[in-house]
Amino acid sequence: MTTYPSANGVSRRALLAGTAAALIWTTVSRARTVTGKLPWEANAGEPPQLVHPGPWVFFSPEEGASIEAIVDRLIPPDAQFAGGKDAGCAVFIDTQLAGPYGSSEGLYMRPPFLAPTPQQGDQNPNTPAQQYQRGLAALDAYVKKAFVGKTFRELTEEQQDTLLKGLETGRVQIDGVNGSVFFALVLKDTKEGFFSDPVYGGNRDMVSWRMIGFPGARYDYSDWISRHNERYPLPPVSIGGRVDWTRKG
Amino acid sequence: MRQYAKCTVFFVASLLATDIARAQNGGQEFAQIERGRYLTVMGDCVACHTADGGKPFAGGLTVETPFGALISPNITPDPATGIGNWASADFLRAMHNGVDPAGHHLYPAFPYVYYTRVSDQDALAIHAYLETLQPVVNKVVSNQLPFPFDVREGVAAWNEFNFVPGLFRPDPKQTPEWNRGAYIATGLAHCGLCHTPKTASGGDDNGHYLQGATLEGWYAPNITGDKRTGVGNWSLDEIAVYLRDGHNSIAAASGPMREEIENSSSKWTNDDLRAIAVYLKALPGQDRTVEPVADDTPTMQAGWAIYVDECSACHMRNGEGVPRLIPALKRDPAVQQDSAVSLIRVVVQGAQSTQTMHAVTGPAMPALGWKLSDEQVADVVTFIRNSWGNAAPAVSASDVKAVRADLARRGG
Amino acid sequence: MARKLPAKDVVIIGLGWTGSILAKELTDAGLQVVAVERGPWRDTATDFSTAYVQDELRYRIRHDLFLRPAQDTLTFRNNARQTALPMRSFSSFMLGNGVGGAGIHWNAESFRFLESDFVLRSHLTERYGAKMIPENMTIQDWGITYADLEPYYTKFECMAGTSGTAGNIKGTKQPGGNPFEGPRSAPYPTPAQAQPYGPALWAKAAKELGYSPFPQPSGNLSQAYTNTYGIEMGPCTYCGFCEWFGCGNYSKSSPQVCILPALVRSQNFVVQTNCEVTRVNLDNTGKKATGVTYVDASGEEWEQPADIVLVCAFMMFNVRMLLNSGIGKAYDPVTNDGVVGRNFSYQTWSTVTGLFDNQNFNPFVSSGAIGYCIDDFNGDNFDHSKLGFFGGGYLGANMTNGRPLQASARVPKGTPNWGAAWKKAVADNYLSSYEFNQHGSCYSYRTNHLDLDPTYKDRFGRPLMRMNFDFDQNELRMAGYLTDRMAEIVQKMGAREIQKYPRTGPYNVSQYQTSHTCGGAVMGTDPKTSVVNKYLQSWDVPNVFVVGASAFPQNAGYNPTGTVGALAYWAADAIRTQYIRNPGPLVPV
Repeated sequence: MTTYPSANGVSRRALLAGTAAALIWTTVSRARTVTGKLPWEANAGEPPQLVHPGPWVFFSPEEGASIEAIVDRLIPPDAQFAGGKDAGCAVFIDTQLAGPYGSSEGLYMRPPFLAPTPQQGDQNPNTPAQQYQRGLAALDAYVKKAFVGKTFRELTEEQQDTLLKGLETGRVQIDGVNGSVFFALVLKDTKEGFFSDPVYGGNRDMVSWRMIGFPGARYDYSDWISRHNERYPLPPVSIGGRVDWTRKG
Repeated sequence: MRQYAKCTVFFVASLLATDIARAQNGGQEFAQIERGRYLTVMGDCVACHTADGGKPFAGGLTVETPFGALISPNITPDPATGIGNWASADFLRAMHNGVDPAGHHLYPAFPYVYYTRVSDQDALAIHAYLETLQPVVNKVVSNQLPFPFDVREGVAAWNEFNFVPGLFRPDPKQTPEWNRGAYIATGLAHCGLCHTPKTASGGDDNGHYLQGATLEGWYAPNITGDKRTGVGNWSLDEIAVYLRDGHNSIAAASGPMREEIENSSSKWTNDDLRAIAVYLKALPGQDRTVEPVADDTPTMQAGWAIYVDECSACHMRNGEGVPRLIPALKRDPAVQQDSAVSLIRVVVQGAQSTQTMHAVTGPAMPALGWKLSDEQVADVVTFIRNSWGNAAPAVSASDVKAVRADLARRGG
Repeated sequence: MARKLPAKDVVIIGLGWTGSILAKELTDAGLQVVAVERGPWRDTATDFSTAYVQDELRYRIRHDLFLRPAQDTLTFRNNARQTALPMRSFSSFMLGNGVGGAGIHWNAESFRFLESDFVLRSHLTERYGAKMIPENMTIQDWGITYADLEPYYTKFECMAGTSGTAGNIKGTKQPGGNPFEGPRSAPYPTPAQAQPYGPALWAKAAKELGYSPFPQPSGNLSQAYTNTYGIEMGPCTYCGFCEWFGCGNYSKSSPQVCILPALVRSQNFVVQTNCEVTRVNLDNTGKKATGVTYVDASGEEWEQPADIVLVCAFMMFNVRMLLNSGIGKAYDPVTNDGVVGRNFSYQTWSTVTGLFDNQNFNPFVSSGAIGYCIDDFNGDNFDHSKLGFFGGGYLGANMTNGRPLQASARVPKGTPNWGAAWKKAVADNYLSSYEFNQHGSCYSYRTNHLDLDPTYKDRFGRPLMRMNFDFDQNELRMAGYLTDRMAEIVQKMGAREIQKYPRTGPYNVSQYQTSHTCGGAVMGTDPKTSVVNKYLQSWDVPNVFVVGASAFPQNAGYNPTGTVGALAYWAADAIRTQYIRNPGPLVPV
């Protein structure tokens, strides 16, 4: 897996900038008057920040362990393709929750928060970060009680699947948290982690793209538009590149 | 000294002649000023003599030289801080000999080495135009060079090696159009300032006239008639259109050439554009045989993978780009220069192409330096330099590293 | 206290498609124009870089290019019995942000409306009788005909480089084109795009069933093109990152690609970005605009005086601007009085998913407006006498992309939502599934309208706009009908499994269903039922023009942008050739 170059000033700046919001590199755009010619600056743009494997940035170790176990049931490993855990879905969720998604940045979060009709969209005053913390705590409490002191990770796969199904349908109630809403949130984020570009920490080695046959972050299929019902031969590529970009030998 | 005296006599004589001419042809003063305006555009005086955000021709731009920085002087007709007190003879002496009215040497960052070829008539027309500008009070201390370079007398020694004064002499064996092109190129357009490599002392290496040179972090390409690296494969029309629009069906100008085109050659007459095209294309090529890097090498394989993933959506799999929008890489001389500095720079930090009246689009290339390692940049650049019939020396990771360091030093 | 700026001839609120078109036309006519755009400057190589634009998470899921609800949003309720609640994030429709507006992130599906669409009430009355039109269906004629607008459709298409096959040139039907379309004065500027496998197979089936498939008119260009402003465009490379994304290689029609490079070169033009117009200022008669007030990114207030004010802020914010500025009488659905906010409509969008065996559609080889369509069930192209609804839409095999997260929804019915079976089903069906769509009209109703919310405020303390909307039974019956017709075609294609997803009620803001919101400041011949006259000039304040889909009295069975663009050129012409010579109402009140 190609990593962004570590030997030049730009990437060091990226690493130092922290894990939160998208990297602002240089932007041509903010609050300006435009007249006369198209503005342009070297190195302008906002590439995505590459997520490096490492310690949890949002989850506590216990939360992280639970999430890893959960994502590995939602998308289980099989002989051919990794499951949610090895695909990095938990890493993805961890990074996302530490960033603007986790804090509902950019959403309209003014009160009052009233109960919606089913058509009025999410009115939850809790951010995803808060929902995960509460949801995992409530799930943890439930498991401790129902399984005599165990954590989710320590349950058997069958027990985990049954519990997750119960959360999903509402058959299992956890304290103070709507279990099926929490389940839907985790499932949504797990799938996003599975299918999004590996630069975000999930879809490690482009496993989901290889699984389905999606060629990734490409932009040119001009030679393919008229080739009907033929298998596309090139391997997937991430925004961060692919192994073939590196010289062999 | 004797040289100087002769010149003085010559200048006084010609000055009188000019004054008489002016007196007899008072009605031609408008025509002279208009011609002077055109020639000033051709010489692109405004580019160096205007600070960023400053008043035109009022000086203040820092010019980088191998010896240190200079600041361009104010050439508006302000008597105290500009050249308002200069007589015509003074102006001619500056243009032709690189000397100011007090007899001090001007630094050759002012390209008198080229302007010496400009006819008296043209130089005086430029002077007449400059005299019509609004005088701007802007005191500039040009000389910012460190010791010992700040000692102007040193330029005299430099001139001994690097300066052959004298007006342009037409070649009777050539057509008038060629001669016009030669007059422009060797004079006001001062192409060699950028496109001719320099000797250790900073003078023109005339053995490699217009064969390409590095400056300001760019490589100004070969513009002789060489078929691989110069304009030899372009029609006269393509050359002229490139200089007028900044785009032809193959190439797009960016960097300092973009400024040249937008400020200067986009405003030349069609005849002048064609004349310089004739001249450049007729310059003999070097016809070096270069073996392309083989396809089955690791470099080319990696380069191909990067190209097909990152570059082909604009530059196309066949390297032909989109005429007048995306430059071709196939057979593009810019891609096959000895030095790949410009290519590396463009890949790393992106580039914006020229916007002119006939080519308003101004497409830009995104920056890729953040996602490609030095070796990957080297490989994709080597790939484009050696595909589709191209042939040029390979690029190494350390070449790329050097360019990045240079760009960082420049604040880019 | 707002600081006053030097006066300009024209101030334009918003620099999207309509703002850019009007800015170009009016600067070319010699007017001094300032555009005020509340979002940032955006340009191709810096903001839609081919090095990182192929990012489903960032642009499709996290909505990176779109308006942030924290900056502005709406409240919503289906009907007056409910309390409207804010759209805290956007799902159903997406609102543009920045220079280029929705012209950046659209698919570039570039349709013209049918001739009958412009005279809808007259046409339906004539064919079916006035009694057949429900009393609460407030459809209207536009005040202009297709023939009036035709030269401006052509103008838009020649600026945009639209790729297509004409179906009717000056009255003569053309093979391969849409036989139902109104006559056009010229062929499309570029030929139709080459088509991928899925649409080709669908078109074959449609033809076998007796329909007339035609290539979708596309602003993803089939080849390089130099447009009417001398701007170069490139050929689309079928990247499959079209709608929700900016185009990285100059091949999708947008203000960035088609207008701005020429526009910024004009000495008469300047745009202030990251500056939000908060109101149009009126003099003390209330009948003349003196300019606008805007707030810059630092919170400073500025007053921009101008002789002409163009409201080009996208349909939603056009209406809001009028309500905030006191231009025109706000609509009250109870008394049926007033016009601003009235006749708000949307799009009735349905889909059919087909799962196939032994077919490889390479769904990632696609573009936003590629594909084939049939108009056999659009507008009044088919007999409605016994159907129990009016309206229709195009049926299209025009799946725009193969982005994996979206695609993972295409699994057999009964597949669990997660687990091993889900994983396998996604893998098995990705290449061989296809989503088809039915793009139905949405008529106007007495109770579907926009007004101001009594509770929720924006960051300036102004009331949010409130959307009162639900689908009428008319639209839902029509959606069911179109979906059944589509399913028949997909059956003919040989699908192993067909899943029908007709639009059902109540309208739900959580499901994406196009951004084609319309109306609220409709055009017409009668000030009692329209906000602007046929030239999109305000009846109440003649030096204000309101340009966008806000002018549509109801929505037709097509994507709106082609018509929005044509109306922009039409209004520009009226301003250039009539208004500035003789400022005042262009149509007697």
